[in-house]
Amino acid sequence: MSLAQKIGRMRRTDAASGILLVSPTALYALLLLAAPLATIVVFSFWTQDYLTIDRSWTLANYRVAVTEPIYGQLMLRSLWISGSVTVATVLLAFPIAYFVSFHVDPARKSLWIFLITIPFWTSYLIRVFLWKVILGYNGVLNSTLLGLGIIDAPLTFILYNANAVVITLAHAFAPFAILPIFVALEKIDRSLLEASRDLGENRVTTFLRVTLPLAMPGVVAAVLIVFIPTIGDYVTPRLVGGPEGLMIANMIQTQFLKLNNAPMGATLAVLAMLIVTVVSLVFVALNRRFLRRQQ
Amino acid sequence: MRGGWLKIYALAYLVFLYAPIALLPVFAFNDGTIIAFPLRGFTFQWFAELGRIEALHGAVLNSLMIAVTTAILATVLGICAARSAARYDYPGKRGVMGFIMLPLVLPEIIVAVSLLVVLLQLGLSLGAWTVILGHVLICTPFSIAILNSAFQNLDRSLEEAAVDLGETPWSTFRLITLPLVMPGIISSLLISFTISLDEFIIAFFLTGTEPTLPVYLWGQLRFPQQIPVVMALGTILVALSIILLTTAEYFRRRGVARAGGKDTGGFL
Repeated sequence: MSLAQKIGRMRRTDAASGILLVSPTALYALLLLAAPLATIVVFSFWTQDYLTIDRSWTLANYRVAVTEPIYGQLMLRSLWISGSVTVATVLLAFPIAYFVSFHVDPARKSLWIFLITIPFWTSYLIRVFLWKVILGYNGVLNSTLLGLGIIDAPLTFILYNANAVVITLAHAFAPFAILPIFVALEKIDRSLLEASRDLGENRVTTFLRVTLPLAMPGVVAAVLIVFIPTIGDYVTPRLVGGPEGLMIANMIQTQFLKLNNAPMGATLAVLAMLIVTVVSLVFVALNRRFLRRQQ
Repeated sequence: MRGGWLKIYALAYLVFLYAPIALLPVFAFNDGTIIAFPLRGFTFQWFAELGRIEALHGAVLNSLMIAVTTAILATVLGICAARSAARYDYPGKRGVMGFIMLPLVLPEIIVAVSLLVVLLQLGLSLGAWTVILGHVLICTPFSIAILNSAFQNLDRSLEEAAVDLGETPWSTFRLITLPLVMPGIISSLLISFTISLDEFIIAFFLTGTEPTLPVYLWGQLRFPQQIPVVMALGTILVALSIILLTTAEYFRRRGVARAGGKDTGGFL
């Protein structure tokens, strides 16, 4: 069989049509995602002196990143903030997803989901800025609480620190946590819950032993989809974080745009991605073990 | 009432979700330059001022152009990937699709700086088109997520019937498939448009001398006297987003109904 015939035959198969069809999108992702990510990794092994880039391979940037305390500190703080955001967002989101899945009339579920997603689609910058307005010294929250006589002096621990970043991000990422959990809860066969009740479990134990383990894939997805992007958030720490709430993304931005040290910025970006990946993998592995023990 | 305490919690949560947007019009119509309570009086002043800022108009036009182009490109790429995922099976499909969906979870700053480095290395100048490149990358996964359900709800026997009745694959796609997934396509266009219009981080890194609307807004947030105008602009933007999203949701639901599927809710 000649090559042309082979190709002709390939074209008629399903697999080939599928590959052909997906190729524009895959190619786009390859050129504009894979190639740039690879470039960043390469860059992290180079150095820059003012405007000239020294292309000899070196671990100098990594050495600086590990030895200079500021980078380690920012990285730890970013992990801590992202971790807190993730815990807060997922814990707050679970009851909502549970409510919509189990207590809302099926015909009105999509309306609830729609209501939950709307705030997410409105201008991110303005939303973050409004949290500054809400949490500020003369802000909405403080003036309301003062007016109601609940507090005597404005609360100061809620703006320009890590708490403000956590509150704002927990708001911004709410739908990202609610939707995966909701989808997982929707998939649960309701007769399993009835069976559990028939077998003498009460509502709490049914929830702990049937609903929660079955909802776990959704919770894991929610954790990852909140944790990974928040570590790279740049706007929220800048607007509401104050000096105490700055995160690694702010340092990456400074390295690239202000200090003109792209290789150092690249190194920090690579390290941040590596750390996030490792933490995520450990989390997924721990969760697998937990679920296996449950069975 | 079903749910009891959970229902109260859910309503409180909705208040938390909507608190920032609800405050937007309050300050946009407030006759005072300081964004704090107590309110002073009602005014249209800030909206009127919007009409007088030249730089803002440029930014709006730039953003609209970028958002429209992004929406079209991302949706075309989304159609290719979603159709191929729903209709065909090939080795490595999960890996390829996972990779295409990656920008959904990748921190935007990583996407932004990596694109920036490549563009600068290639000696290309930044501008609207570089923002479009970045936006298409992050909008395509959303487009695929929407279109996936549209293509998966599609009954394959309809297409087979068309082929049996003598249509070519292309005319089948045009006459049968496309009309059935059209609501999904419109929904994807609107969502991509909204994401691009609103996106800040990538635009901040990749925009050249002409800022997009969010980049312009970012600059204004530093000047306290500009804040009321920003609030007015924000009010318009939020109103616009809600209209667009409601339209997108309407089309998505119609698409689900048209394909005879069950509505499972949500875009994502």
